[in-house]
Amino acid sequence: MVSLEVERGEIFGIIGPDGAGKTTLFRILTTLILADNGTVEIEGKDVVKEYKEIRKEIGYMPGRFSLYQDLTVEENLNIFAKVFNTSIEENYSLIEDIYKQIEPFKNRRAGQLSGGMKQKLALSCALIHKPTVLFLDEPTTGVDPVSRKELWEMLKRLKEQNITILVSTPFMDEASMCDRIALMEHGRFLQVDTPEHITGQFSHDLWAIRSDNMSVLLSDLRAMRSVRTCFAFGESHHVTFRNNVSDIVNLEKLLKSKGHSSVLIEQTKASVEDCFMDLTYKF
Amino acid sequence: MESIGKTGIFNSEIVISADKLTKKFGQFTAVNEISFEVRKGEIFGFLGANGAGKTTAMRMLTGLSHPTSGSGYVAGFDIYTESEQIKKNIGYMSQKFALYDDLKVWENIRFYAGIYGVPNKEIEPRTEALLNKLGFEKERNSLVKSLPLGWKQKLAFSVAIFHEPKIVFLDEPTSGVDPLSRRNFWEMIYDAADRGITVFVTTHYMDEAEYCNRISVMVDGKIEALDTPDNLKTQFNSSNMNDVFYKLARNSTRNSD
Amino acid sequence: MMCFINWHVIQPVILTDMKTFLTFVKKEFYHIFRDRWTMIILLILPIMLMLLFGFMMSTEVKNVRFAIYDPSRDVATHAIADKMKLNEYFIFTGYLDSPEQIDEIFRKGEASLVMVFNNRFYDNMVHTGDAQIQLIADGSDPNTASTFTLYASNIVASYQQDLMGDMKIPYNIQPELKLLYNPTLKGTYSFVPGVMGMILMLVCAMMTSVSIAREKEFGTMEVLLVSPMKPIQIILSKVVPYFFLSVINLTTMLLLSVYVLDVPVTGSLSLLISISLIFILVSLALGLLISSMVDKQMIALLISGMVLMLPVTMLSGMMFPIENMPWILQIIANIIPATWYIIAVKKIMIQGLDFFSVFNEFLILSTMAVVMIGVSIQRFKYRLE
Repeated sequence: MVSLEVERGEIFGIIGPDGAGKTTLFRILTTLILADNGTVEIEGKDVVKEYKEIRKEIGYMPGRFSLYQDLTVEENLNIFAKVFNTSIEENYSLIEDIYKQIEPFKNRRAGQLSGGMKQKLALSCALIHKPTVLFLDEPTTGVDPVSRKELWEMLKRLKEQNITILVSTPFMDEASMCDRIALMEHGRFLQVDTPEHITGQFSHDLWAIRSDNMSVLLSDLRAMRSVRTCFAFGESHHVTFRNNVSDIVNLEKLLKSKGHSSVLIEQTKASVEDCFMDLTYKF
Repeated sequence: MESIGKTGIFNSEIVISADKLTKKFGQFTAVNEISFEVRKGEIFGFLGANGAGKTTAMRMLTGLSHPTSGSGYVAGFDIYTESEQIKKNIGYMSQKFALYDDLKVWENIRFYAGIYGVPNKEIEPRTEALLNKLGFEKERNSLVKSLPLGWKQKLAFSVAIFHEPKIVFLDEPTSGVDPLSRRNFWEMIYDAADRGITVFVTTHYMDEAEYCNRISVMVDGKIEALDTPDNLKTQFNSSNMNDVFYKLARNSTRNSD
Repeated sequence: MMCFINWHVIQPVILTDMKTFLTFVKKEFYHIFRDRWTMIILLILPIMLMLLFGFMMSTEVKNVRFAIYDPSRDVATHAIADKMKLNEYFIFTGYLDSPEQIDEIFRKGEASLVMVFNNRFYDNMVHTGDAQIQLIADGSDPNTASTFTLYASNIVASYQQDLMGDMKIPYNIQPELKLLYNPTLKGTYSFVPGVMGMILMLVCAMMTSVSIAREKEFGTMEVLLVSPMKPIQIILSKVVPYFFLSVINLTTMLLLSVYVLDVPVTGSLSLLISISLIFILVSLALGLLISSMVDKQMIALLISGMVLMLPVTMLSGMMFPIENMPWILQIIANIIPATWYIIAVKKIMIQGLDFFSVFNEFLILSTMAVVMIGVSIQRFKYRLE
């Protein structure tokens, strides 16, 4: 059971791992499947009764870049333009920015494009009829970091055109690109808010700790009674303590006595991923 | 970071070596003279943009594809002539095709153990030990498709190293997994590396790249950077690996896989 | 839920969205032409099957080795034997001395047909009208055996006809009904309708269901559904290309049949084309029906291949006569549209019968078409579950 409201011109992120229910939620929102309970309205229209109206107004990019693999870039775009009773020329300004990057390959078949280019083509196709609401289901899955970054920049520019964007992603670090996010797991929203509010509400002080032996450090920290949670987090481990105010000087001494060198302990700001783990961790 | 787990890594024996390894498909050079060495017990991150040639390089190293030129040795065997030997000494796991969804947990273990020639009488006790370690005793008879994704991944990794290979190749092993499972998974990787298994891993999560001892970044078929995460960050004047990657790969001219 | 078969919806779709529609049809043709295997299946396979069946049949019945046991050895038996020897389908291996040799010659494989005349054949024929010829065939291949036995009996019949002309004696001859419509003894005849039914079914049902399943598999169907395109449009755009292709196939098959296999269209060509178009519609509807049940290309292929093609070839009367089947199979055979189509084509093309003789088949196929198109449009899901 989930509830959400998305404002016009907002980038709303639904963030959660595979199996959280993101795709199902998107399919309900895009009138593709019926919810067992509850109602959805898009632009004031009911997804069950007025699905035909809604289908004219929304753009949808399913999780697996649904393109005709054996058709060329241009043919794909043309087809999707025709589906929405429009032409490439009519709304070219909207997609120009994105399409320009793949235009040199317009005679190449979609099946032969790289992940990043497929993503751009699929996005162009979803935008060709100038939708008011854009649904992007995991647009960054299976795409390299460069293309991911480019996609988010494109979405930022679309937002300026007053297009409402709902996007789902399993990458927690992409949360910061959204105006508001919903953290989702097991078909439920854990929290819905702006990324800043979510990270601001992190319940404990968060410390980043590193030493020259990270895997031993992980088990040493977890063995300490004062440690509440300890997770590997890139170059350092992120740690919260039970009593919140911890004796950092003592901790450093303790770690050195256990044979750790170049110990570095500093307070850090929680990321959305820290929050997600804190919300899902079973103590 | 260069000393995750142990300090002696950089003196241990070389288990993977590639020298000017090249693969051409007609006019197209998918992999262009890549050279590197990976040592025993090392966690080696193999990064690159889509279409940079990672998959092709991995295929050559795992004996699935013949190089056009250059030389390579995996677990001491020549990738040109001894691919059968190589296959016996490596484990492989990709997110997509790691386990059979319609087989039970123990059947999957049994199947892979059989493929890799684990002696019959060892399979039973080791399966027992593995299920114990993973806490999967109750799931022994569950179909794999009924398991949560994070569990599947753990199981797939355990199965890939069940025959105690010298090297395990992991192709985007954690994609789509929730953050807690992702960390559990990396702890298993550390554990395997501590036991001396070399881990060769590709990932799209740049924070995971930080867990590796060394990272190579492929761009347009070439290895453009190869060093420890810390050194790379210093070299590219970046605060995180995401930025390093972006600086390296944004000028890629290659557009197709 | 709501249903889309109502003319108010269909009409504006056809009139105003012609451009969208044509783009889609064009796209469908791209799919077909860009996949070599689809192309082969669609356009080359019909030709190959026609030629294969055609030539297989004509070589099979050629060079049938036969022997004669003739205790009579009179004018009539010699005349019949000569007629047999001259026929291009038969090769004479020799006279037998005793009936016991028949078994032996079959076992050795030296001949597959033995012609046995009774004693005093000519006398009996002229005086009692009761001359007997026994045609004994090697039945290890019953299909060929029955074919060449028919050929042989036709030769005997033609001799009787010769006699009738000479002697002006009204013999009471009952010609074999089947041979009447097959005067040049071409085995190809019975296969042409069967192959036509099979090919049209294959192209229509299999290709339509696979192409829709493919859209589901690649996720493009999701996007189409979440668009203002109406389900009826999606269906039509899938159906029209395969309808055209089937018409092309129908044309090639008829041309091949007439000019290469020498099987003319005896009856009305327009009647034949009309019933073929109705059958194509039925098959397309079947394809749509299958695609509404599955969402994987593989399964669509298996269902249309195994569940559809098998009964069509085995039960439609194309290979085995329906009358000889157990009742349960006869019932199934009667449900299969191809059965009716094949019967109708046989009647029109080979027997040259008129509309009233195939009225039943027309009625049945038309009803099937209407019902199945209705059901498949109704069943087409405009949501994803």
